Amino acid sequence: MAELAIRTEQLSLWYGTFQALFDVDFDVKKGIVTSLIGPSGCGKSTLLRSVNRIVERGGTVKTTGRIEVLGQDIHAPNVELVQLRKSVGMVFQRPNPLPLTIRDNVLFSTRLHRDRLSRAEQDEIVEKALSTVLLWDAVKDRLDHPARVLSLEEQQKLCIARLLPIQPAVLLMDEPCSALDPTGTEAVEELIWTLRGDYTILIVTHNMAQARRASDECAFMLMGKLVEHTPTDQMFVTPKHQETADYIEGRYG
Amino acid sequence: MFEATARDHRNQRVQTSIRLGFLSMTLLLAAPVLIVLGALVYKGMPIISLDFLLGDPTHGMTQGGIFPALVGTVCIVVVALIASVPAGVAAAVYLSEYAPENWLTRAINLGILNLAGVPSIVHALFGVGAFVLFFGFGTSILAASLTLAVMTLPVVIVATKESLQAVPMAFREACWNMGATRWQTIRTVVLPNAVSGILTGVILEVSRTAGETAPIMFTGAAFFLPFLPQSVYDQTMAMSLHLFVISTQVPDVPEALPYGVALVLIGIVLVMNSISIAFRIWLRNRKKW
Ligand SMILES: Nc1ncnc2c1ncn2[C@@H]1O[C@H](COP(=O)(O)OP(=O)(O)OP(=O)(O)O)[C@@H](O)[C@H]1O
Ligand SMILES: [Mg+2]
Repeated sequence: MAELAIRTEQLSLWYGTFQALFDVDFDVKKGIVTSLIGPSGCGKSTLLRSVNRIVERGGTVKTTGRIEVLGQDIHAPNVELVQLRKSVGMVFQRPNPLPLTIRDNVLFSTRLHRDRLSRAEQDEIVEKALSTVLLWDAVKDRLDHPARVLSLEEQQKLCIARLLPIQPAVLLMDEPCSALDPTGTEAVEELIWTLRGDYTILIVTHNMAQARRASDECAFMLMGKLVEHTPTDQMFVTPKHQETADYIEGRYG
Repeated sequence: MFEATARDHRNQRVQTSIRLGFLSMTLLLAAPVLIVLGALVYKGMPIISLDFLLGDPTHGMTQGGIFPALVGTVCIVVVALIASVPAGVAAAVYLSEYAPENWLTRAINLGILNLAGVPSIVHALFGVGAFVLFFGFGTSILAASLTLAVMTLPVVIVATKESLQAVPMAFREACWNMGATRWQTIRTVVLPNAVSGILTGVILEVSRTAGETAPIMFTGAAFFLPFLPQSVYDQTMAMSLHLFVISTQVPDVPEALPYGVALVLIGIVLVMNSISIAFRIWLRNRKKW
């Protein structure tokens, strides 16, 4: 069996009295792209946000069960959230570059976690990260422009680039393409595919075609439960459960 | 085709009269301000000169200048700002960025709103009790400034809190997700983007502080004291109290004098406001997004 990047066991989660996740057992293998699909409100974002424990910020959130990232129980008392979030990066639905220059956006995470860097080191980090997300050529002459002048597609790539300098193991992406036009979607999908291997990617999507094109494994959730998790080809050709079949044929919203 | 119906005409008439109504309200409110300013400039301008600004009051305050009051007001305002802005901003940052949503926070927020509604004479008495007597600062610039600081703290806190909350949540989430602590997030992203709103609060505070009379008349401002203060423990003259005194307490004051004092008082506020507006514009131009 391949090594696991994320493993949840009997994970349940409540927002106040509302239960959003029911006994989810979910294994995400290292170095591949796993997509998470399911109708709106089924708990995809909740599951994603549990993995870097950002979900707890809401206040009245209660979790039971276990989540392991790279074999480490992330609820263990000796786990430092800062270190956890350093290795579990997150990309949002709406590109949210920080109100800084392009360059400072890329350097932001490094500056949080490392002391002074020389100018040369900084330049190297910026070039490497932007090249990895296929953005370097487009922005290398305007690194000191504010990040918001970029197109949405470029902004989303920048949001991915700014995670890379601190070498995360896992990238969580919550509908990273749904604010983009078809060209942008395709470009970001391509990018995700090139990051595969170096990073473990867990991506939530509403776009069946995207899940099918750009993921190795696919998991289907319904009403807070994980219904089915199989290789992508298999899920779209021979789904095991009736609900899965109904969903991928578009019989739910 | 497309001609107006009777109904369209009626709607149009209603729209026109509503619009005129709102316009006249606006004019009605603007008129007093313009009239007051006009009268001040017309009657006060002739007396204003360098000697007036830089001279001491003489002949039982019926002649001479206003220099000690001018300096006194500037000192009181500056010390009040030094006392209230850091405290107010810190409190607002705590309330908006750190405080959990519970009854204690709600009570504190309510308290701040109520503090903003307390009449200034009550603050004056509080200032006498707390700063003049209890802390033993005596009637002094320090006591007067601290009284004003307490009085204007709610303005600073509310303005700061509002501008902090105007910073999009997405920026904070982005930071937290990269493992930034709350403080790193506040320092690098939240505060820089809230600065201009905070400055607005400060501008408001300056205007109020410079013009207040009641809170300083028992705590640090003197009727007549034609010397410059040597330290924050001295009493001082102040523009607002000086205006009150020469308008109501001193006989045979030439008519132009109070108008001149009022004009200078408004001038001080305008200059201080312009400085912070200029600072805001400078910040905005420097902003990289
Ligand atoms: N902070 C919260 N407080 C209370 N309930 C919440 C909160 N966040 C989400 N929920 C509820 O939890 C359920 C799962 O939400 P979640 O956002 O995980 O769904 P999702 O699958 O990501 O949906 P979508 O596809 O619309 O993004 C929903 O019913 C939602 O209303
Ligand atoms: Mg979601």
